[in-house]
Amino acid sequence: MEIFDYAPAPESRSIVTIRPAYDLFIDGEFTEAKSDERIVTLNPADEEPLSEVAAASDADVDRAFAAARRAFERVWSPLPGAERGKYLFRIARIIQERARELAVLESLDNGKPIKETRDIDLPLVAAHFFYHAGWADKLAHAGVGPSPRPLGVAAQVIPWNFPLLMLAWKVAPALATGNTVVLKPAETTPLTALAFAEICQEAELPPGVVNIVTGAGGTGRAVVAHPDADKVAFTGSTGVGKEIARAVAGTSKRLTLELGGKGANIVYDDAAVDQAVEGIVSGIFFNQGHVCCAGSRLLVQESIAEELLTRLRARIERLRLGDPLDKNTDIGAINSAAQLARIRELAAAGEAEGASGWSPACPIPERGYWFPPTVFTGVTQAHRIAREEIFGPVLSVLTFRTPEEAVAKANNTQYGLSAGVWTEKGSRMLWTASRLRAGVVWSNTFNVFDPASPFGGYKESGYGREGGRHGLEAYLG
Amino acid sequence: MADRTPSAPARVAVRRTYKLYLGGAFPRSESGRSYPVTSSRGVHLANAALASRKDVRDAVVAARKAFPGWSGRTACNRGQILYRIAEMMEGRRAQFAGEVAAAQGMSEARAQGVVSAAIDRWVYYAGWADKLGQVLGAANPVSGPYFNHSQPEPTGVAGILAPAGSPLLGLVAVLAPVITAGNTAVLVAGERAPLPAVTLAEALATSDLPGGVVNVLTGRLSELAPPLAGHADVNALDLAGAGELAGELEELAAGTLKRVVRPGLHDDWSAADPGVARIRPFVETKTVWHPMGV
Repeated sequence: MEIFDYAPAPESRSIVTIRPAYDLFIDGEFTEAKSDERIVTLNPADEEPLSEVAAASDADVDRAFAAARRAFERVWSPLPGAERGKYLFRIARIIQERARELAVLESLDNGKPIKETRDIDLPLVAAHFFYHAGWADKLAHAGVGPSPRPLGVAAQVIPWNFPLLMLAWKVAPALATGNTVVLKPAETTPLTALAFAEICQEAELPPGVVNIVTGAGGTGRAVVAHPDADKVAFTGSTGVGKEIARAVAGTSKRLTLELGGKGANIVYDDAAVDQAVEGIVSGIFFNQGHVCCAGSRLLVQESIAEELLTRLRARIERLRLGDPLDKNTDIGAINSAAQLARIRELAAAGEAEGASGWSPACPIPERGYWFPPTVFTGVTQAHRIAREEIFGPVLSVLTFRTPEEAVAKANNTQYGLSAGVWTEKGSRMLWTASRLRAGVVWSNTFNVFDPASPFGGYKESGYGREGGRHGLEAYLG
Repeated sequence: MADRTPSAPARVAVRRTYKLYLGGAFPRSESGRSYPVTSSRGVHLANAALASRKDVRDAVVAARKAFPGWSGRTACNRGQILYRIAEMMEGRRAQFAGEVAAAQGMSEARAQGVVSAAIDRWVYYAGWADKLGQVLGAANPVSGPYFNHSQPEPTGVAGILAPAGSPLLGLVAVLAPVITAGNTAVLVAGERAPLPAVTLAEALATSDLPGGVVNVLTGRLSELAPPLAGHADVNALDLAGAGELAGELEELAAGTLKRVVRPGLHDDWSAADPGVARIRPFVETKTVWHPMGV
């Protein structure tokens, strides 16, 4: 019995109107798919259907590319950068105006807590459009040559973990640089992308500049393999990323990939322990661990491991798992049954291979897809849970004695997306950061993002950067 | 002969008072003076405040007071506010166009074009706010185990003499880059056509721009420019509208080594992409060193 119980504090669903079914968004209009196949999208927190969307066929994808090509040639690339930018400013403003509605919709479709969609996803989405709007008439100053040119039509496929934010990361730079897009949102989270289509209409964006085709893997393959794509941008698993790299091999298409990760979060013995505990928690439990740059491997210096883990467990016991729309919720639902199965399989492998798992006593709702926050200790570098991306709220703890050992273990992975360094000594932080083979290194913080800051990986975490001046390169020739 | 028989008008129009803009408020000149402003054809338009040397000093105090807050905002937030200025100007488009047409003796259509260009210039600089650091900053490859990084920082309080011949577009073209970088400004409007500057101040006052970031004075250039140029708490001086006084003012500015922009720098106010040419003179470069090692 606690002295004070939490009272439910749910955000109202009434701010969102979800239509029973959605068509494809091609050439500025919602248009029926040629295929009859529909996909039902669920609320992962209660397994209730939210809506159904079309599964775009090859013919639908063809139409989308034709519209994008027309818009590129006739409207978007001839338009002066300053005017292109104004459309993006408009979109940024509408997103700001409709932020709460979009946050609730995202939490419903994805399962992530409203606290995160409201305070992190949506502000970043709006900021991303605002930032790139400002580049549209300044490309000559971006350091990619005196008169950079757009590539043409960009084929973009995005994941389900940050549906609208990943859309922003793809669409904003593509449009700012003068490209048009055909975008496929993830099969399980199409709704905010379709809301974005409405926003494009509200902003009076010229038809065909943004085309959104919903569907599953088949649609995604049709989009990235389309002969009229000049550029392919993909965020998702390393496995699919490799397939795409093979598919574009030998063509003139440009490719950027933002793939998986197995981020090391290094905590030195001089770190501020309470801050580090907060950073470890947000590093792995932010967005249920459905984060490619999650700090999923905790590397803690042996001398402080026991104290740190005690405090970490105490902190995790205070996390609240449950209704994503409750403003007190820290950990929401796992996005899909398939992902839940994958997390369970890897967690079972952790136990089977000899690591020991711990979870707080936390009530799990009866319906929906849920996985409690879990910490594995006694993990070795050979264990699957130290090597493979779990993409769930599961932390693997390893220890080290010297900075050299920390760096060696951190880099001992096929991935290279993110890393964290916790120390109060600046020179040690910089020494460590300079040796980590990772595209983003957070020091004394974790999982922070900004449209001005380039993001992307080393090694098999992909290539190309998104955000900042460097992110523009991916869309300019 | 017109009929001079008095008749009762249906409604008497409410006229505007054109005042100074100091520290976010709209006072008259402390001197209690004003001067008549006429159109390009000599028609009386309004009385503008005739600011004094004391008003200049008050404006510098207000600008200095606003500097920590404004320069401390995130670059993204400054960009948002600059964009908001464009939104507010768009809402007052008719008023600006009327004043520009009267001041410059141009057609309504041309005046509308000038207003559009002025609005777009704010949008342009709104985009620069959070990109300056990436274009003007650098990670420097020094020979040694050091992290070494340079970033632009705002110079401080800038005095701006607005160009005389372009009372709206020219004014925006010199003012926007200064505050984009995080500086605060004391702006002296063109003496003959100050009304668009006052109207702009009214737009600024409703744009979430903190009071004191921009202070607008109207009056005699010969009276206001020397105390501004010589003021010890002014860090930079844009002489765009200084005319024949430029040399003398630059000499005064040398007393405290102000950063001076001479007249003639990128003064084609209609150029749509001036780049960082008018921002660079108003930033300092700060370089930070830190050792790397366990």
